[in-house]
Formats: sequence, C-alpha cells, structure tokens
Amino acid sequence: MNLDKSTAIKLLTRMMEIRQFEDKIMELLAKNIAEGGSHLYAGMEAVAVGAISVLNPDDYITSTHRGHGHAVAKDGDLNSLMAEILGKKTGVCKGKGGSLHLADVSKGNLGANGIVAGSLGIATGAGLSVKNRKSGQVVICFFGDGATNNGIFFECLNMASLWKLPVVYVCENNLYGMSVSVERACAVQDLAKKAQAFDMKSDCVDGQDVLAVRDTVDKWVDYARKGEGPSFIVANTYRYYGHSRSDPRAYRTREEEKFWKERDPIKIFSNKVLEQGLLSGEEVKAVEEEVTGAIEAAVDYAIKSPFPEPEELYTDLYV
Amino acid sequence: MREITYRQALNEALKEEMERDATVFLLGEDIAIYGGAYGVTADLWKKYGDKRVLDTPISENAIVGVGLGAALTGMRPVAEIMYIDFIGLCLEQLNNQVAKIRYMFGGKCKVPFTLRTEGGAGRTLGAHHSQSLESWLIHIPGIKVVMPATPYDAKGLLKSAIREDNPVVFIEHKMLYNVKGPVPEDEYTVPIGSAEVKREGKDVTLLTYSRMLSFCLEAADVLEKEGIDVEVVDLRTLLPLDVAAIVDSVKKTNRVVIVEEDCKTGGTGAEIGMKVVEEAFDWLDAPIARVAGADVPMPKSPVLEKLAIPDAERICEAVRKILNK
Repeated sequence: MNLDKSTAIKLLTRMMEIRQFEDKIMELLAKNIAEGGSHLYAGMEAVAVGAISVLNPDDYITSTHRGHGHAVAKDGDLNSLMAEILGKKTGVCKGKGGSLHLADVSKGNLGANGIVAGSLGIATGAGLSVKNRKSGQVVICFFGDGATNNGIFFECLNMASLWKLPVVYVCENNLYGMSVSVERACAVQDLAKKAQAFDMKSDCVDGQDVLAVRDTVDKWVDYARKGEGPSFIVANTYRYYGHSRSDPRAYRTREEEKFWKERDPIKIFSNKVLEQGLLSGEEVKAVEEEVTGAIEAAVDYAIKSPFPEPEELYTDLYV
Repeated sequence: MREITYRQALNEALKEEMERDATVFLLGEDIAIYGGAYGVTADLWKKYGDKRVLDTPISENAIVGVGLGAALTGMRPVAEIMYIDFIGLCLEQLNNQVAKIRYMFGGKCKVPFTLRTEGGAGRTLGAHHSQSLESWLIHIPGIKVVMPATPYDAKGLLKSAIREDNPVVFIEHKMLYNVKGPVPEDEYTVPIGSAEVKREGKDVTLLTYSRMLSFCLEAADVLEKEGIDVEVVDLRTLLPLDVAAIVDSVKKTNRVVIVEEDCKTGGTGAEIGMKVVEEAFDWLDAPIARVAGADVPMPKSPVLEKLAIPDAERICEAVRKILNK
C-alpha cells in the first residue's frame, strides 16, 4: 500500500499513543493510583495499529486480555479508556469493565476479554451476522498464541471456514502464554499450520513492522470483504512488560528482551519514514510531544473523574 | 379452544417470530434437516433455508459464542443446545460472555439472544441426558431463566424470550413435548418473570415449575379427597423469580412445599425457600418442605430413575407431614 504523509502521521501517532498509554499505566500501577492489574501491549503496537488502520469505521474487532492497544487503535478515546482502567464513572464502560473489558460497540470494538480465546465466538458470530445482513463489514479477531490451544479456537475456525465468514483471525504470537512458551505449549510450532486443519488461508507477518502488518491484513480484509471467506494471520511480536505487573519474567532471558527491543516497532517505522523523507525529525518529535500531552491529559482526566455512584451497582445488568 | 402439543406450540412460536422479525434466526445441532432432536424446529428449514435455520457442527461453546456475536451486531439469534447436560461445554461463553457483556460494557450494548435447551429425566437416558441443571443457571446474574410447563406457556414465553433484549435461557422438558393443552390461534405472549396460580387452594402452597407441575396437580387431586385444599403455583420463570406471587400465596395458605426435579442439595428449592423465609416468614405456620430429586447422577434403570425424581405420592406425603395429617 502506498504511504502518504497523513497516514504516516496517523500510524505513528497511534503507536506512540499506545506505547505511552501503557508506560503510563505501569507508572500508575507502581504508584497504586491504578488498582488491580493490567496486561500491557507495549512492544506489540504495530500489530493493532497496522491491522486496524485498514478497517472502515463500522468494521468490527474483538480483542484480548491484552487489549488496550486494540482499543486505542479502533478510534479509542484516550480519556475514557484511561478512566475505565481506573474504574471511573467517565470510563468507556462506566467503570464496570476495567482493563480486561475495554469495549466500545459504537466504534465497532466488541470488547477485550478476560478469558483467553473468549472473544473467538463473538468475532465469528459477528461475521455470521455481517454475512446474513449483507452489510459488507469485516471482522478482525485478535488473540494470542495461547488461545490457539483452546477448544473454542478450533470450534470457531471450523465454522468460519465452513460458512465462509468475513473474519480475519489475527494471532499475535508474542511467544508466551503467560509464562509458558510456544515451544513448551504447542505441538505445532508454526502456528499458521493450524489453519490448514480447516482449509483456511493463512499468512505470516513481521509483527514489529507496521507497514508489513498493514499490507498483509489489507490483503486479507479485502479477501473477506469480497466474500471469499476467513483467513488466519500470524503476526510475530513481543511484549516488553511481563504478563502482568507481578511477573518477574523468569521464563525468558534479558538477552531475548534486548533482541526484541532492538526491533522496536516505533523505531523501525520512524526510521523508515525519516529515510524516505516522508517526515522530518522535527515532525516525528512533534508527534511524540503531542501524544505525551494527550496521555497526560488523559491521566489527569481519569484521576479527576469521580467513581460511579453506589446506585450504579445494579444498573446496566438488564435492558 | 384447539389443543396442540408443547412441541407444536414451541414450533409455532419460532415460526411466528421468524415471520414477524427478519433478524430472528435459529442455530444449533441437527435443527435443520433433522428438525431438532425433539422435533421442535421441524419443517422450519424447508421454509426458511440455511440462512435462517442453521445446522451447526457439534461445538456447543462456539454455538453460544456465535449467537452472542450475532446478537451484538444486529441479529436476534435463537440457539439450541440439544440437552442441558451439554451446558458444561458452553458455560464459559454463557456465564462469562453472554451474561456479563452488557454490564461489563456499562450498558452500552443489548443481547437479544435466546438459548433454548431441554432437560429432565423420564426417558431412561442415563446420567448424561437426564439432568436438571437450572440451579447452576439461576446463579448467573445477567441472564433470565424460563421453564414452561404447559403448551400455552411454552408458546407465550418463547415468543417473549425471542422479543427480549436480554439473554434468556429457555429450558424445555423432554417429557412434555407430547403433552397437549389449549393454545389459542390468536397472537398472545406470556410475560417473563411472572408466576401463575394453576390451582387455587387454601391449606398449603406447592411451589413448582416445568414437568413437576403435572405431578403437583395430580397430588392436589388426591389430597382433595382427603379434605386438603392445595394451591399450586407454577413459577414459570426462575430468574427473575416472581416473589410477589409467591408471597401472596404464602399469605393465603401459610404452608409451603417446594417441588423440584433437580438434585436437592444446592437446588432451586434452596433459593426459593430462602426467598420465602426472607419475604414471608411471619406468615409461615410450618417449616418449608422440599420434595426434590435425589443427590445422585441419574441412573439408567427405569425403576431407579423413577425413584430419583419426585412423584405425586411423595408430594402427598410431604403435604400431609407439614399439615400433621
């Protein structure tokens, strides 16, 4: 796909937003301003941003337990996402969902999920609905390497292929399901092979390269939109933080972390646009500063926002 | 009024709602060509085709998840889980996703999703095809649980369930499908969350639902000859429970026997009984009694199976006991 200046700025902005959003949450967790836990997406930005950048506003996504990145990338409002993570009334889910349940159905984000592989059914059902309604929408279903060992993964891929549903299954292979490596958890190391069981098209992409992700996903979104059916893309990527804040990361080496951080998706993309002369150093810096301002404003908004009133405990359960 | 079976009543409800609303579609195992394991979806596939009557692979968790995804995005799915015994295969999607998604999303979505299933003993199908697992489901805030006992209620409640913008688990009983009863030809619905007094009486209240209603009515006839005037309340919906109707009846009779087919321990009767204690204790003249299923996996042998669930005689004994007769 051709890359113009405004798209480059958009991609860079979204990736930086996610990175700074996550770094800030780590800080808030350390200061106990954010309670509970959070699974952070830092390091994986190119996958969510690249994939979602090819969607229309009314296309759907489903997300994962590591879902902040997808929520930001799907036109997320930083203020209400940050407020949600702090459990505030002004949160996108009114403080009832939290980090694991960021969702905005009005923007096509059918939700993060506290259950590994929990969203596969929702994405597949959205695909069935799109097909029946002939609405021309497409669904991207994000999940991790760990989800590919779960029963509903196989149930859903079978149905999607059988019924030729317009769903692009994007497996974010970040090498670990919590602490257990793909090597120690998967009989088949090449995860793309799992699609073969369902005669589903598969592809593999460097998940640290936002343009590569964008090109690959665009091809399969187009395929889905034409009614050709689902596809399965493995995006190889890495999460910088541990599974959660209490994770000492004993299952991986510092050398491995260093190796991946040298392949940082934001650096890779910044270097590329600088080399191509699409953006100047000042312009990249300006994007970064603008994002820093927006994240600080979001934190400020979230901290100053009120918690829900006690009466809210019983609202929103039933229509 | 014409009489049709519980199965026909359900079939009519599905057909009428599919006619009424183009977003209603059915999905489940063997519901299309086969017409459903118990024939509830018979002939609908011929009329509507794959697009609206969809045979699925044997993938219960995905059936529920796919139903949810469709419900969130503009459709009104009615899924069938062939036996409630298979609910364990899809409890993740039902409990974590279907029931909670609206609340977790701060009320910013609707889940117009009906999950039909059937349960209960009586066909000597053994431990994996005879259970009554409704008590598991009433422990899940966010869904509604409906269990009709008559053809009239089956049709009216299923139509209401399909029109609901909340997820409803609709539990039929395999021994009721061939039972006939009056069902008007004209359009009607039965509201979810409302119990009905199926027989008026003044000495004791039987609180029951689903197939046990007929056993309660049978017991009431026997007891009438002994001079005991029995009121039978058909709860019809277990979640939300019609507490007002229960309290009204207790105020009148001052005695309660709960009749349920599920295992006694942790069963629906435990919850219903505590509701009576909380809301109507002052009107009780005797301890609440329960006639419930045995705390065992359902045995195959017809002799043992009969022993494992309540019958009219055991209901009569429980009533006599709390009346000291």
